[in-house]
Amino acid sequence: MQHSNSYIIGFAVILTVVLGGLLALASTALKERQTIAVELDTRKQILGAVMEVEEGADIMELYKERITSKVVNRNGDEIEPKDADGKTIEPEKINIAKEYRKDPAERHFPVFIYEDKNGKSYILPVYGNGLWDRIWGYVALESDMNTIRGIAFGHKAETPGLGARISDDEVQNRFRGKKIFSEQNELVSVAMQKGEGRSYDSPHKVDGLSGATITAVGVNEMLENYFEYYSNYFGKKRKDSQALVQ
Amino acid sequence: MSTQTAEVAQVKKAEALFSKRRKKIITDPLDDDNPITIQVLGICSALAVTAKMEPTLVMAIAVMIVIVFSNLIISLMRNVIPGRIRIIVQLAVIASLVILVDQVLKAYLYDVSKIVGVYVGLIITNCIIMGRLEAFAMGNKPYDSILDGLGSGFGYAWVILAVAFFRELFGSGAIFDFKVFEAMGIAYQGNGIMTNPVGAFVIIGIIIWIQRARNGYVES
Repeated sequence: MQHSNSYIIGFAVILTVVLGGLLALASTALKERQTIAVELDTRKQILGAVMEVEEGADIMELYKERITSKVVNRNGDEIEPKDADGKTIEPEKINIAKEYRKDPAERHFPVFIYEDKNGKSYILPVYGNGLWDRIWGYVALESDMNTIRGIAFGHKAETPGLGARISDDEVQNRFRGKKIFSEQNELVSVAMQKGEGRSYDSPHKVDGLSGATITAVGVNEMLENYFEYYSNYFGKKRKDSQALVQ
Repeated sequence: MSTQTAEVAQVKKAEALFSKRRKKIITDPLDDDNPITIQVLGICSALAVTAKMEPTLVMAIAVMIVIVFSNLIISLMRNVIPGRIRIIVQLAVIASLVILVDQVLKAYLYDVSKIVGVYVGLIITNCIIMGRLEAFAMGNKPYDSILDGLGSGFGYAWVILAVAFFRELFGSGAIFDFKVFEAMGIAYQGNGIMTNPVGAFVIIGIIIWIQRARNGYVES
């Protein structure tokens, strides 16, 4: 069937308007739900660093009850970051990936403080590069700012069955109880070693990932970088707690 | 639009809801006219998503939804679509449906959308869908087109699920993230080639081989 040019143009215009309108409608209608989904996911990941979040648990409620959050700068001082309109940005809404591209001195570093009957732990977001794409995570430190209480990693595209294992509980649990400061009080971070299936006496060495050395190196670099970024904050906190002991 | 609904009503009177011809529309793409193994379409996504069962299942369902609805929509519009721009019209319909699926996943199944997010966008370029629109929906009635969409969707689904089954089993020693070999007490070191797209090539090749040997299909 041969149609006239004006019919074709008219058809194209109508189709575009209808489809465009439909998509705009769907986007607006689902926007709120999507924001909630993202917020829920962030909170679940933060909580995931210190506890097993059960399926169906009220994450929002749990989060509100247990977590207080703040933002620090490179010097370890608490700050109130503002967006372009001068409104304060919630620590949960800080986009770590975007911050990562800024100069460390200008970055905002969120700290999420988890508190239950066993005391406080400090949860820090970390971000870096794996083998194929970005990796990220949340590290929970005990109140001594030294012992790792728990860790939760996420990744975008690490190799399934190899590098992707960083998001398995079994791998994440290997970091538990490790220490990031040496006995001389120097920051040494923790590092996954080459090879797998060994246990290490050193509190800074973690059993590695066989077949995923580059992912493991990415994890090590990510942790080291972020412990360094937060080191001034750690220093202040450690001084405070030592003053308390004395 | 009204003329088409009338047509459907007429067909219902004349032909049973699942007549022999219609059953064939559904069952053909499962085996004798399978989109992946016989027509060799949609291979790219069959290679990309099949490393694990879970994302593969979501992908299969998403493709099925898109193929059924785009078949239906194009079939409804088939008499008014100008022939000269029909391809771009088909693409626009597919793309809109894919974006809708993606948005709904992001809103209601965020965890799943994190895994399959990238691949969902790639459904737009899945040749199976455009192939069905061009070859079937442009010339057939809406109800038949839905059946054809379902058939092709299932034909695609079983192949990629079969591939994912073997890739996850031998690649990570698991099914739906459940460690099978560990549960049986066998120490299993994952096979790296299976977690790579190369593994999918090998398995699809074997499936095609078995199928053609059984059906006696010869490339014409």
